[in-house]
Amino acid sequence: MEIFGIPHQAFLGQIMLGLVNGAFYAVLSLGLAIIFGLLRVVNFAHGAFFMVGAFIAFLLGRNLGLGYWPAMIAAPMIVGFAGIIFERFAIRRIYGLDPLYGLLLTFGLVLVMEGGFRVAMGSSGHPFPTPQLLRGAWDIGFMMLPVYRGFVILIAVVVCAGTWILIEKTRMGAYLRAATERPDLTQSFGINVPLLLTLTYGVGVGLAGFAGVLAAPIQHVNPSMGSDLVIIVFAIVVIGGLGSVLGSALTGLGLGVIEGLTKVYYSEASTTVVFLVMALVLLLRPAGLFGREEA
Amino acid sequence: MKTSLRLTMTAASLLALGATAANAQISNDVVRIGVLADMSGIYNDLSGKGAVEAVKMAAEDVGGTVLGKKIDVIFADHLNKPDVGAAKAREWFDTGAVDMINDLANSGVARAVAAVAKEKKRHIIVNGASNMGITNELCSPYAIHYAYDAYSLAHGTGKAVVAAGGKSWFFLTVDFAFGHGLEQQVSDVVRGAQGRVLGAARHPLGTTDFSSYVLQAQASKAEIIGIASTGADAVNAIKAAAEFGATKNQKLAALLLWIEDVHSLGLQTAQGLMLTNAWYWDQNDETRKFAKRFYDRVGKMPNMAQAADYSSTVFYLNAVKEAGTDDPDKVSAKMREMTVSDMFTKNGKVRVDGRFMHDMYLWQVKTPAESKAPWDYLKPVSTIPAEQAFQPLSESKCDLVKK
Repeated sequence: MEIFGIPHQAFLGQIMLGLVNGAFYAVLSLGLAIIFGLLRVVNFAHGAFFMVGAFIAFLLGRNLGLGYWPAMIAAPMIVGFAGIIFERFAIRRIYGLDPLYGLLLTFGLVLVMEGGFRVAMGSSGHPFPTPQLLRGAWDIGFMMLPVYRGFVILIAVVVCAGTWILIEKTRMGAYLRAATERPDLTQSFGINVPLLLTLTYGVGVGLAGFAGVLAAPIQHVNPSMGSDLVIIVFAIVVIGGLGSVLGSALTGLGLGVIEGLTKVYYSEASTTVVFLVMALVLLLRPAGLFGREEA
Repeated sequence: MKTSLRLTMTAASLLALGATAANAQISNDVVRIGVLADMSGIYNDLSGKGAVEAVKMAAEDVGGTVLGKKIDVIFADHLNKPDVGAAKAREWFDTGAVDMINDLANSGVARAVAAVAKEKKRHIIVNGASNMGITNELCSPYAIHYAYDAYSLAHGTGKAVVAAGGKSWFFLTVDFAFGHGLEQQVSDVVRGAQGRVLGAARHPLGTTDFSSYVLQAQASKAEIIGIASTGADAVNAIKAAAEFGATKNQKLAALLLWIEDVHSLGLQTAQGLMLTNAWYWDQNDETRKFAKRFYDRVGKMPNMAQAADYSSTVFYLNAVKEAGTDDPDKVSAKMREMTVSDMFTKNGKVRVDGRFMHDMYLWQVKTPAESKAPWDYLKPVSTIPAEQAFQPLSESKCDLVKK
């Protein structure tokens, strides 16, 4: 059986792979959306924190002998902590300024981080073994699905859902949302808004670090692993609607699939298709697919 | 009387000749070598700092001066962009007093710079790139293709895999001059052996996720998946192929694998792969000695291009010394007369089309058990004599070749 000229096995396989990539997009764009939603900062350094997460997992393994599972907990925390320090000493100073300043600041940080890792760790990248438990592949009929990739989809869904619940259904989330809408009023209720913002940034980049650990066994740990990704992830956040958590996650998965299919039909366009979609969405629905028009 | 007059005249003219040589016809009072490399991108480990250090080592080993003039080594990052590389080369030749440009990793950049060198009549030595254009349509008396090229890779790894029974191929090709050139060369070898090329998937430079392309390669049912990319691209492609179980029913042929790629893949994944390299650090005492010096400066083992950067720079500087000038035409003529015997190769010689003729070697990646020390990765399989490793002149499209 063929679907649009390619064997249905290949077709289904590509959709499956698209979901795996989409899972990464979802987790990354989630953090980006939270940060933008609450801090109004375009965090260009997101990809760099993703890369750092992967490197921390690698270094913990190489220098301390820690395996994948402890790294999965430790790396996001270390990255989150680094983010908190960065927020405290740098980003805090540009709140309220034109978003362009935030973009420039975080972009500068990307260059410093990537350059630093390139000098210290080389550009070729380092292997990161897949955890013993998740090796091998399942034969799911139309393709061999590596167990680890299946695990990535699962984890991504859990993380996205958890974040959504945290923001929409808990008291903490309510504070966060209140601080976004009316920071002055929220503060007058005795809630420490600057601390909330700091923590939000920490959690946001912590998520990026988490995605980095997830990607380490698949992608090969190297200094530029985040830079290509972050541009696509930005497009996804824009398509999903700036600040919309659920929108980003769903758009991430969806665009992963679209990109995967493009690789089969017209591989040359696979790097541009996301931006094509972005242009279309911006023309037809400027606030994004799930975004609300702001007054 | 007559005899002594003649003698005096001869002596005088010889003296005059000696005086000009001592005056050294060196333009701008400096012999400047520009290393145009990938200093920040995907090929940084393969060229980058190691290339610059290798050329500096060469300058130091020659004594820091040639014909009494200082040797100056400068470098720049071409960012893997042909236009950036060409602009830098133009600037270096026009106003930077650069006499020779070395390394030139990235085929797109090398092609662009070769065109500039031809126009400006200045020397380039290509070590980092494989594109056949350097010794064919872009050939000039000023361009030397030194370390390896696509033909030699195809006739090394490609031929060995076909000979071992790999008759049907599917390529994973990086989408620019390098990948296209390599795919074409290997396809020729495959078809020449009555094999079949079933298709190719083209991916952009710097792809991190190869799963989709690997699936296409699996769907093709080809016996061999030919990986026409290198560096991080090849590493990611090989990893993805292993992860998706492509290595169960199909075999991989990595068409340009560097020692760094093996290092970064790890022996567990890389073991058994065949690769064609011009040089390996653990070949003999001379190579080990060079490798150790290099390691102390750079912190990793040199690869074939970096060894060639060193060897070709010494060769160029010796040619300047022999010619008594850095005049490009005279140096070019000298380089085509001299032979090179050093740690890189024995009795290497530049052919009229600019191809540096030397033996190539087919290697196989060791198993983890066979490897005794860090960077102990390769075992020799066979030597490919220069005449078989490189494109015969009869097939050359170079207009310097008389037919």
